[in-house]
Amino acid sequence: MELLEFARGPALQFAITVFVAGLAYRIFSLLLMWRTRDASAGSAREKPVFVAALREIVRRLWPQAAYKNRTMFNLINGYVMHVGLALCVFFLMPHILFLKDLFGLSWPALPNNVIYAVGVITAGSMIAALVMRYANPAQRIISTFDDWFSWLVTFLPLITGLVATSHLGARYETLLALHILSVALLLIWLPFGKLMHFFLVFVTRSQTGAHLSHRGAQL
Amino acid sequence: MPSHKAPDRTLGDMLNERGVSRRTFLKYASYTASILALPPSAATAIADGMAAARRQSVIWLSFQECTGCTESITRASSPSIEDLIFDFISLDYHHTLMSASGNVAEEARHQAMKENAGKYIVIVDGSVPVKDGGVYSTIAGMTNLQMLQETVKDAFAVIAVGSCAAFGGIPFANPNPTGAVPISELVTDKPLINISGCPPIPEAMTGTIAYLLSFGSLPELDHLGRPRAFFGETIHDRCYRRPFYDKGMFARSFDDEGARQGWCLFEVGCKGPVTYNACATLKWNAGTSFPIQSGHGCLGCSEPGFWDLGGFYKPLSTASGDATKYVTGAAVAGAALGTATAIMANQRRKKIVKPAPPAKED
Repeated sequence: MELLEFARGPALQFAITVFVAGLAYRIFSLLLMWRTRDASAGSAREKPVFVAALREIVRRLWPQAAYKNRTMFNLINGYVMHVGLALCVFFLMPHILFLKDLFGLSWPALPNNVIYAVGVITAGSMIAALVMRYANPAQRIISTFDDWFSWLVTFLPLITGLVATSHLGARYETLLALHILSVALLLIWLPFGKLMHFFLVFVTRSQTGAHLSHRGAQL
Repeated sequence: MPSHKAPDRTLGDMLNERGVSRRTFLKYASYTASILALPPSAATAIADGMAAARRQSVIWLSFQECTGCTESITRASSPSIEDLIFDFISLDYHHTLMSASGNVAEEARHQAMKENAGKYIVIVDGSVPVKDGGVYSTIAGMTNLQMLQETVKDAFAVIAVGSCAAFGGIPFANPNPTGAVPISELVTDKPLINISGCPPIPEAMTGTIAYLLSFGSLPELDHLGRPRAFFGETIHDRCYRRPFYDKGMFARSFDDEGARQGWCLFEVGCKGPVTYNACATLKWNAGTSFPIQSGHGCLGCSEPGFWDLGGFYKPLSTASGDATKYVTGAAVAGAALGTATAIMANQRRKKIVKPAPPAKED
């Protein structure tokens, strides 16, 4: 029980503190960073910046025809993984209660067995993503510590959650504590690595969209 | 003063004299075997073991406790306390149940210890205060610590009943003003069984004593020294409301539709998933009900430190303390650091990207 006590108490408190500090640091440093003003005359095809940003967000939800066949597996696998993770994180009742305790908001949950099935599919999808990255020489060469570690800290909460639900290998309170500790690790790492795309994905797409539109790229 | 020495006659002889038939005795032994999760064949072994046993001397020490454990054991349905006291054990010392008091009571304890040296069982309920020389709880001029050490010295085995004796319980809870400690911290050289709970299930206490009498050895224990027969599974795994947990159907308060429909109590703080006890199977009051059946979540009272685990009504999946205590400070610090980083980067950039000096004219 001591490990669970540590996980639910000091570990979560520390992780949430680091997470918030890291998030504020990243957002402020990025938004206040110097950006050279593009003084060039805009293209005749330039759209209003808001429209360009929105178009880019939508456009990147699906690959262009030229790349479709080559990237179809990655695309579908990516959707399975992200939707699966979102369902597991936000629609399991114990998780909703955790978030409700922090933010005071709650919403209906999905049955535990449904989340369990989604979790298994998501875990399979994450393993497939890892194998694909490792098996492709080009991807392997450009992969850094950030890529591998970000995968690990995302995978650990998922797998410990599944193991805890199944009561495999150890007593439930130990498995639950390991699950919470793995979430604490995820929270600590999230603002400082590529997982920050959780917050920045649409910001960066908007920026790219506005930039390309200004240059008159035919999208 | 009557002798507390174990008589030469066996329990079997005594039961025969009282007209207790072999069939009745086997029936009782079968029940005991079943609650101990032993195979049916063990019933005969229990019956034979008990029939051949001498009356067991038991000394019950009550320290920092509320007498709830005694209240619980006196409501045991089977083996009943009457069975235990009058047929199987000789309860030579117990503050609440003995008629003697004062020096006579203490003499009874000393006599039982002397006449059954190395054979008697000590049952302890309550934690022991050790701060300031243990002055916060004394009996007959002795601190609890002194009485425990003196009594346990020649015991065969020690049973810590209740969460106070097993894990410190409420006296041990933060800020623990008396320096209370569980028995396991003080008794390290004797066989020790913890039967936790606030209070423990009566059958867990009497069944364990019956096992000791039958087999002369300790039952299989978990890593916290508790008999696996009673503490081998969680309340959650044996709870009749478990299907509602799996379906995601929860009571959100104690008076909503979910509560009336008997749905899972996880959201209102039930600690069943991390609590090992037999409440959901043996139940209480002769198998009538248990807390979850009466509409309240499990408090986790048979687990160490249950009092300090972040609130009885806080769901298990939430942070136990104030997880957002430092969030404002963290946000301000992070924002300040981020701003400083941006300013420094911008200044460095200005130095690097200086406008080129105007070209000199020849």
